Amino acid sequence: MCDTCGCGDPNLVSVDVHERILAVNDRTAAHNRDHLARHGVFAVNLMGSPGAGKTAVLEATARALAGRRRLGVIAGDLETERDADRLRAVDVPAAAITTGSACHLDAEMVHRALHDFPADGLDYLFVENVGNLVCPAVYDLGQAINVVALSVTEGEDKPLKYPVMFRKADLVLLTKVDLLPHLELDVAAVEAGLARVMPKAELLRLSARSGEGVEEWVGWLETRRTARAVAS
Amino acid sequence: MHEYSLVRALADRVEEEARSRKAVAVHRLTVAIGAVSGVEPRLFETAFTLCREGILADTELQIRRVEAAWACPSCGQAIASDAALRCEPCGQAARLCGGDELVLEQIEMEVP
Repeated sequence: MCDTCGCGDPNLVSVDVHERILAVNDRTAAHNRDHLARHGVFAVNLMGSPGAGKTAVLEATARALAGRRRLGVIAGDLETERDADRLRAVDVPAAAITTGSACHLDAEMVHRALHDFPADGLDYLFVENVGNLVCPAVYDLGQAINVVALSVTEGEDKPLKYPVMFRKADLVLLTKVDLLPHLELDVAAVEAGLARVMPKAELLRLSARSGEGVEEWVGWLETRRTARAVAS
Repeated sequence: MHEYSLVRALADRVEEEARSRKAVAVHRLTVAIGAVSGVEPRLFETAFTLCREGILADTELQIRRVEAAWACPSCGQAIASDAALRCEPCGQAARLCGGDELVLEQIEMEVP
């Protein structure tokens, strides 16, 4: 009943909230980010389509940094531990998050994974997100940077078709470039597409198979990691 | 289809607010969805319609769409989103100043 006159009309109130729908996720992500930064761990959220070569990039990264840096990987997939198994095979401690039907990782999944997978003592923590160019872009996990793997077989138009993911990328790795001689991919068109969706467009070419670009990629990572360490 | 988990997060927040104010019904929610938020308003609406229950069973969802807006961080000039995201005169990368919203703006509820 209405308080003012007792007329029996419903008493309606408008509550201004102005809060991000993902506020709970954002708080957990901030907690993850704090925890990782306190332990000097540089966290990379690696995203890309299924089959873009994310795990192969990490295998190549592990080989390139072996003996120099300590890496760990949390790998998200709908089912199986195969990616984590591949990384353990190259001596990288790895944990799997099987999401069941979820198309992305969220900060809570990473938080829970960190409880069972102590990241303290690592230099790098790579979170290999679920293969998907859409949903993972929406969720902050607590990473320091976002990297998107885009393979040469996916075509030039992916940045324009999936602008949200590429907008949030700090770097795009054009993977499987050893296949370029067999394809008609126009790399300049990929770069032009990126420039329209990614304000500070950065693209590195890489082949985990031939090793092309791996040193540049690792150098890029080291620069970012050092800059982060200086800033914090 | 992350829209379902977003709707779940939205419902949790609204239910919490309704409980704290002892609301008997929630009439309307206003949600802002930006063009580059990564959320498709139509899918969000469908997910909401399929998932609403309890105090939200009859709630109307009002979506306010926000266009993407880019500008130069130096000179403030607006930069069109259908071209390279750079301010040519300043040589600066554009900054997003709107369009990534995914925000619960307002809840209209009935209280005793």
